Amino acid sequence: MSTRARLAVLLALAVVLVGGTAAYLVGSRDAQLTAARAAPAQATVAPASVATGPRIVFRNTAIGPDYGRVAMVPLSDPGGPRAITDTSCDRVFAASGHTLCLGSETGVVAAYSARVWADGGGAKLDLPLTGTPSRARLSDDARFAATTSFVAGDSYSSAHFSTRTVVTELATRKSVDLETFRLVHRGRAITPADRNFWGVTFAADDDHFYVTVQFSGTTWLASGRLSTRTVQTVRSDAECPSLSPDGTKVAYKKRGDRRPGDWRLAVMDIATGRETVLAEQHSVDDQVEWLDDATILYGLPGEGTAAAESNVWAVPADGTGSPRMLIAKAWSPAVVR
Amino acid sequence: MYLSERPRTEAGRRAPAPDHEGEQRRDRRRGVGGTVVLLGLVSLLTDISSESVSAVLPLYLTAVLGLSPLAYGFVDGLYQGVSALVRILGGWLSDRADRPKWVAFAGYGLSAATKVFLLLAQGLGAVTTVITLDRLGKGLRTAPRDAIIAASAPQHALGRAFGVHRALDTTGAAIGPLLAFSILWFVPGDYRGVFLASLAAAVLGLALLGLMVPDLRPRRRAAAAPSAAPLVTPSWRSLRDRSFGRVVLVSGVLGVLTISDGFLYLSLQQRDSFAATWFPLLFVGTNVAYLALAVPFGRLSDRLGRARVLVGGHVLLVGAYLLAALPSGGLGLTVACLVALGAFYAATDGVLAALTSQLVPAGARARGLATAQTVQAVARFGSSLVFGALWTGLGRGPAVVAVAAALAVAVVACGWLLRGLGATAAAPEAAA
Repeated sequence: MSTRARLAVLLALAVVLVGGTAAYLVGSRDAQLTAARAAPAQATVAPASVATGPRIVFRNTAIGPDYGRVAMVPLSDPGGPRAITDTSCDRVFAASGHTLCLGSETGVVAAYSARVWADGGGAKLDLPLTGTPSRARLSDDARFAATTSFVAGDSYSSAHFSTRTVVTELATRKSVDLETFRLVHRGRAITPADRNFWGVTFAADDDHFYVTVQFSGTTWLASGRLSTRTVQTVRSDAECPSLSPDGTKVAYKKRGDRRPGDWRLAVMDIATGRETVLAEQHSVDDQVEWLDDATILYGLPGEGTAAAESNVWAVPADGTGSPRMLIAKAWSPAVVR
Repeated sequence: MYLSERPRTEAGRRAPAPDHEGEQRRDRRRGVGGTVVLLGLVSLLTDISSESVSAVLPLYLTAVLGLSPLAYGFVDGLYQGVSALVRILGGWLSDRADRPKWVAFAGYGLSAATKVFLLLAQGLGAVTTVITLDRLGKGLRTAPRDAIIAASAPQHALGRAFGVHRALDTTGAAIGPLLAFSILWFVPGDYRGVFLASLAAAVLGLALLGLMVPDLRPRRRAAAAPSAAPLVTPSWRSLRDRSFGRVVLVSGVLGVLTISDGFLYLSLQQRDSFAATWFPLLFVGTNVAYLALAVPFGRLSDRLGRARVLVGGHVLLVGAYLLAALPSGGLGLTVACLVALGAFYAATDGVLAALTSQLVPAGARARGLATAQTVQAVARFGSSLVFGALWTGLGRGPAVVAVAAALAVAVVACGWLLRGLGATAAAPEAAA
């Protein structure tokens, strides 16, 4: 082949490849927009009408211009029209008139942020966040905020992911990394180099909390105290704990002998230590939220290609019944009572 | 001139080519030579392809496939570890067949093919397989590609040629994530679109290599040269040259004392609010410095001697460690540290390839390159394990300082070991 012929082939190939990719992307975008238009219009209401009463705050995942925005529905009508705010978050939590929002803006470099603000307005408070947002919680009275992010570079060989969990007292703006806490395991203080914490849930006394700690390849449910800066392991194979409103039960996800990345939900009675596996048969990768003392909420990815359109489901906390979809096209629910 | 820069083993056997002055004029006119730029563009496209995927892979695996961060860490470890194993094989095949282009083509082709499977893959098992194959492809192609660069650039400009190649390569690595996130911005959640664009870039790079890069046959060419030695089968024995052995030893010793970037960034992050907030920017800062300095340092290595720049680059690394070990930081010190780290890569990555190419006879060059680079990679992996233990035992600052001190001593020792090796551009004038 002459040089000219080779150049011609190369050029033709470039046109086909670049053109083909562009055509696919334009088509895919069109299909998305068409689907968004064809979908029954998302009924919305003004935020003010919902923002004061008992409500569920969540991340809107209906594909369209409002994707990723913080939204809310009245607790009395979760399936009804939603109020959509102007704020975008990857993870959102709300308690006592405060909203905690973990966000990321992807670009050449991704920028991450964690903010808390009072719903009535006023200054927004930036919290430390070092990587991809993962978990967010406020204590019931919004005195403390806890964030978990994935950070790169913590591992011994190159860029494995690990987690960083930070608790901040909002009034004093004092932040503490849980990895600096004393870790007690089977009665002994240990300092494994590979320990990682994630998913804090606060007790009502603003001192006790539950969290996941992992070291030597095993995840543990652990209970901690802010006042003594201590974390103590409770039981293995339990991640992303969430305390019930009455403080008697803790829900979490567990793997059992299933493959990595396949979790089922379980609830432990704190007084007796008895564990109940819940009726949900799908893998749940979420820190669950309690709708009330008998029901828990969690997000699941949408079906097939609509995986990004996750839905919020509810299932009884006593292992009976079956899951039902509570809020379609929603993620990261927080119940404000 | 020109001849005196040949490795000693070859220089004596070769009479001046009749038109070597004309050849030099052409060299100057052509800059680094079309083949080097073409290979740089092939790498650029391939890096766009692989980096666009690795930029969105954590999001895709965790958000769409629903894997835990731990499963992701497992995949990521594969991503880093696999390629060193097959690199030696790629070098050996390339020398053996005397077909570096087609061995490299097979490597690039394997990586391109994996992008097709990525479009279809669901679940951890499938993604793991795809990524392993992709890294196998990378391992296979690296040494033969560097051998083509070495064979197509004039000896006195090897450093510059590798500098140009590495600069283009790094440019691709910067474009990849930008492309990926632009696509996700244009069509939210369409990871398939990212994988498709990645496939298109890989196929285009493959076509560029297949259609435009000449099928150089270094061994045959060396044999056909006037008054050349008879065509010999390349063997590991041809690597037994003492100067090459010293280079391998030095790259191993310095590699063991090279802390992985991740640890360095983490060290910056622990003392510095800027580095903590803008953690991902640290990678970019280092890449920008590398990108900007790869060619200048390559040229410098041609002028001052490649061994000198290679060892001297580690002085910059000592500087970066000391900057990172300071108890308190601030934006200026953090940026200075990143620039020193990028400059270290610019002064060592391409320069090691140039130095190796210079010292190894053409027929065994690919395996020579593979050997030096693999020894360096394995040494760096060992360094991560050692440094992890030091960090745990001594704490952040003291661990970094300890390695910096050991590295400073090693730089002096290695400078002594490599003295007189790889002196280049000054030599032609002197010999003329």
